[in-house]
Amino acid sequence: MPRSLKLGAQALAVAAVAGLFALLIWRVVHQNRNTVAVQVEHGKTGPAPAFDLPRLDGKGSISLASLRGKAVVVNFWASWCAPCKREGPQLEASWKAHSGQGLVVLGIDANDVSGDARHFARRLGLTYPLVHAPTTIWDDWGVTGVPETFFVDRRGRLVDVHVAGPVLDGANRALFERGIRLALRS
Amino acid sequence: MRLLAAALLGLALAFAAPALASDAHPSLAEMEGEVMCPICHTTLDESNSAAAQRIKAFIVRRIRAGDTKGQIEDKLVADFGPSILAQPPKKGFDLLAWLLPIGGLLAGAVAVGFAAWRWTRSREPEPALAAAGPLDPQLERRLDEELRRYDE
Repeated sequence: MPRSLKLGAQALAVAAVAGLFALLIWRVVHQNRNTVAVQVEHGKTGPAPAFDLPRLDGKGSISLASLRGKAVVVNFWASWCAPCKREGPQLEASWKAHSGQGLVVLGIDANDVSGDARHFARRLGLTYPLVHAPTTIWDDWGVTGVPETFFVDRRGRLVDVHVAGPVLDGANRALFERGIRLALRS
Repeated sequence: MRLLAAALLGLALAFAAPALASDAHPSLAEMEGEVMCPICHTTLDESNSAAAQRIKAFIVRRIRAGDTKGQIEDKLVADFGPSILAQPPKKGFDLLAWLLPIGGLLAGAVAVGFAAWRWTRSREPEPALAAAGPLDPQLERRLDEELRRYDE
C-alpha cells in the first residue's frame, strides 16, 4: 500500500474515532439540560414548550397556544399510576373552584394505553380537558414519574413551581396553591 | 437446476411459514421480548412495573380479539410512539439501524480479505531473487565445501 494511502486511512480512522468521542461528550453534556423541569428548578420562566395533542376522547386536539389568556395547570398522569387515582378528583375540584378566574387544568396522559386512560377518566368522573401524548413528551418536560405538575401563566410562560407527586400531599399542597396563584396573577 | 430451484423454494417456505403464522397468531411470550416498557427502558419480559403490566394486559386483550402482531404493534406505536418497539422500524431514517451493521460487516470482510491478500503476497519470494542468475563458480564451490563440512 502506498505510504500516502496508508497515512490517509489512518487519519480517517483517527478522525472517525475523535468524531464519535466528541458526539458522546456533547450528548452527555446536553443530556436533560433543557427540559422544562430543569428550567423551572433554575428559576428560568421562559415560554412553555408548544404542543398540540389529541384529546383523550378523540374529539379534536388542544394546543397550548389555544389556551393563551388562561392560567394552565399542566398535569402529567397515567392510568397505571396509583397516586393519580387520588389526585384526579382533587384536580377536578381545584379546576371547578378556579375556572371562573380563568384557570384550566390540562391532564396529559402519556406512557399509557389510551383506552385504559379513557376508562380511568370515566370512572373518576374527570371533566377537565385531557389529552394523550407520545412517550417523548416526558423527555421534553423532564418528567421522571407521575403525577407531576407544572404551571403556565396567561402569557404562555412557565411559572417557577414544579410539583412532583400528588398535588395535595404534604408539602405539595402549598406548592400547588402557590403555582395556581402565580399563574393566575400574570 | 430445477432441483436447486425447488430446494431453494422449499427452504424459503420453511422459514416463511412460521413467520407468517407468528404474525397472524402472536403470543404474549413472543411479543414481550419485542415491546419495550417505556418507563424502565427494558423489554416487557424483564419488567414488572405497573406500566409494563398494563401493556401486557393490552396485548393479551388484542390477541384474544384476533389482532395480528402487526395490528397490535401499530396500536402500541399510535399510543406510545415508535420507541415502544424494541426493534426500530425498517423504513425511513430507522432503516440505517438495520443497514449500518450489514455495511460494517461487509466493510470488515473486505478489509480482512484485502489484508490477507497483502499478507500472502508479501510471503512470495522476491522476484529479484527468483530471477537471479547462477552463482559465481567460486562462490558455488565455497558453498559446497561449507555444506559438506556441515554434513560431517
